[in-house]
Amino acid sequence: MTGKGKRETGNMLLQIQNLHATVEGREVLRGVDLVVRTGEVHAIMGPNGSGKSTLAQVLGGHPAYTVTAGSVLYEGKDLLALKPEERAREGVFLAFQYPVAIRGITNAYFLRSAVNAIRKHRGEEELGPVEFMDALEEKLKLIGWDDSYLNRPVNDGFSGGEKKRNEILQLAVLEPKLAILDETDSGLDIDALKTVAQTVEKLRRPDNATVLVTHYYRILTHIQPDVVHVLSAGRIVKSGGKELALELEERGYDWIREPATVA
Amino acid sequence: MTSIEAQVLQPYKYGFVTDIDSDVVPPGLSEDVIRLISTKKGEPAWMLEWRLKAYRNWLKMAEPHWSNVKYGPIDYQAISYYAAPKQRPALESLEQVDPKLLETFEKLGIPIEERKRLAGVAVDAVFDSVSVATTFRETLAKQGIIFCAISEAIREHPELVQQYLGSVVPHNDNFFAALNSAVFTDGSFAYIPKGVRCPLELSSYFRINASSTGQFERTLIIADAGSYVSYLEGCSAPVRDENQLHAAVVELVALDAATIKYSTIQNWYPGDEAGRGGIYNFVTKRGACRGKNSKISWTQVETGSAITWKYPGCILQGDNSIGEFYSVAVTNQRQQADTGTKMIHMGKNTRSTIVSKGISAGHGQNTYRGLVKILKGAEHARNYSQCDSMLIGDQCGAHTFPYIDVRNSTAIMEHEASTSKIGEDQIFYAKQRGLSAEDAVSMIVNGFCKEVFKELPMEFAVEAQRLLGISLEGSVG
Repeated sequence: MTGKGKRETGNMLLQIQNLHATVEGREVLRGVDLVVRTGEVHAIMGPNGSGKSTLAQVLGGHPAYTVTAGSVLYEGKDLLALKPEERAREGVFLAFQYPVAIRGITNAYFLRSAVNAIRKHRGEEELGPVEFMDALEEKLKLIGWDDSYLNRPVNDGFSGGEKKRNEILQLAVLEPKLAILDETDSGLDIDALKTVAQTVEKLRRPDNATVLVTHYYRILTHIQPDVVHVLSAGRIVKSGGKELALELEERGYDWIREPATVA
Repeated sequence: MTSIEAQVLQPYKYGFVTDIDSDVVPPGLSEDVIRLISTKKGEPAWMLEWRLKAYRNWLKMAEPHWSNVKYGPIDYQAISYYAAPKQRPALESLEQVDPKLLETFEKLGIPIEERKRLAGVAVDAVFDSVSVATTFRETLAKQGIIFCAISEAIREHPELVQQYLGSVVPHNDNFFAALNSAVFTDGSFAYIPKGVRCPLELSSYFRINASSTGQFERTLIIADAGSYVSYLEGCSAPVRDENQLHAAVVELVALDAATIKYSTIQNWYPGDEAGRGGIYNFVTKRGACRGKNSKISWTQVETGSAITWKYPGCILQGDNSIGEFYSVAVTNQRQQADTGTKMIHMGKNTRSTIVSKGISAGHGQNTYRGLVKILKGAEHARNYSQCDSMLIGDQCGAHTFPYIDVRNSTAIMEHEASTSKIGEDQIFYAKQRGLSAEDAVSMIVNGFCKEVFKELPMEFAVEAQRLLGISLEGSVG
């Protein structure tokens, strides 16, 4: 976990220690340790069923997952003590692997409600529809959308790729401190992947951080990760630079599957 | 899911009782009671005869039990059939209205005092068995529009009432309609003359206040050729442990190229979480599209009542006439609703649209029951039906009974149905974007009902959303 000096300059944003979590009585996370500082992009890779998405859901606060041991500090505070909506208002954003549709509610209305919930929490004035639309213009441009998408119901009738792009639009609009992208790259064609990756890269600032959960190396050709982690059987078994991702791409996961001996 | 349920199960906010001296007829039903009601209303002889005819028919009829609801026997002799505030206000002057009555409607958000009236809405306020006040009468009269209490119309406009009363819902139509015909006390009457577009929304607000009484209102709306009217109806009642009966009849008549838009927000007291108390809402509503190119559109938001039994329908007699039914029915706690519509296609090229949204929560049971009938002469009739059900929690139920009877092979019928459960994933998604659990549920439920809400006039759409425990901030429409 040493290496680039740049990383060490950021503030501690997320500190996960010995995190254990279960879903439907099955233990999926078995002692995850992870430190993310501001200004960093972390990629979390690993085979199917290794616990990548569970980690993302647990950080988001999904009620189906139970944390059985360990701690998560976010900006020094106990993240696990916060409700999902409180986490969101404090700047934790989870881009869903399977974004959910909400019939009859327009994208614009949903986004504005989210923005205003967060603004209210910060003691800022809520935005009216007109002000909000103005602020939205440039965000739409980032992901290459026109405003026809704003009047469509949230993810209803969207293609897989459109849903993922919509997650990135929300990310761009909400400007969280910590973005967790759960396999946002899967199901995207090459052009969409590039747009999404470039948007994430553009949103990168010294005071925020991104955790990228992914199966594939290909998104890392557009996003420069500071650290690449390999999650296997519910633990981070190896961490390294971008070259680790390349090695995984070439060799697969089998060579690092024995967790206990590696960590 | 408990937080979601808690959100839906909000306390009833209209359960107060107005302390006012009332003239209440002792419980019981007989020809004498009907004569008494007729006398109190100062009715002509033909009206009394009609009531008695209905009563004699009712005596031979049996209470219907084919609907998907359960309730104990109703003792029709234990109900009082007439209750009126003692100080009967003179209709010409609002100053003479008992301030307690004005206060009651004010509390319900229905201002009837001159200076506080809702712009663009004329209100007929009915308290127990009498109409308390009708606003904007002069404005409407200038265009020849009649909008008044039906008891007044019987006295002042007998020719119109005699021609149309019972012409859509006959006095012996069904058990509850017959009962209503015998004992109805008040309700609204509207007549829109030829070619007039009614400049105001007409509205009635029904309030049950007295205990052990039934409310039997009767509404009759006639839209003459080429006219247009939009009519709104709201209702509420105090919290009481007993069940109270509300058996209304609404008749609409649309002549050539006339349009009637009828919207209801039904918020009678639903009973408590154990199912004690609440209104039995047994209502017959029907519209006749008598003329060519006429149109009748029903929109209802049914959130109250212990039991709802209601099928607003359209008889599409005129060629090219259109019938519409948009419905949101919510049942929670121990509420039961069996509601839907009847679309009877008789004329050529008649079209009907049915959009029904049922939401069940708590132990609520929600049934859609709809009949689409295409008669032999209805060439090229079309119907589109859509029935969606949403379940909140796992103790509730949703049921759908569509009846389709087609006797003309040129008909085109479409029927779509869906059942969904409000999902943890949907709630989590909205929460992960910063919305509270309450806002998340509101948003999902509102989105589900949007196709119906957009049919409501603006003020009512807002009221409907609020009733579902929702703040949507103008995203409707």
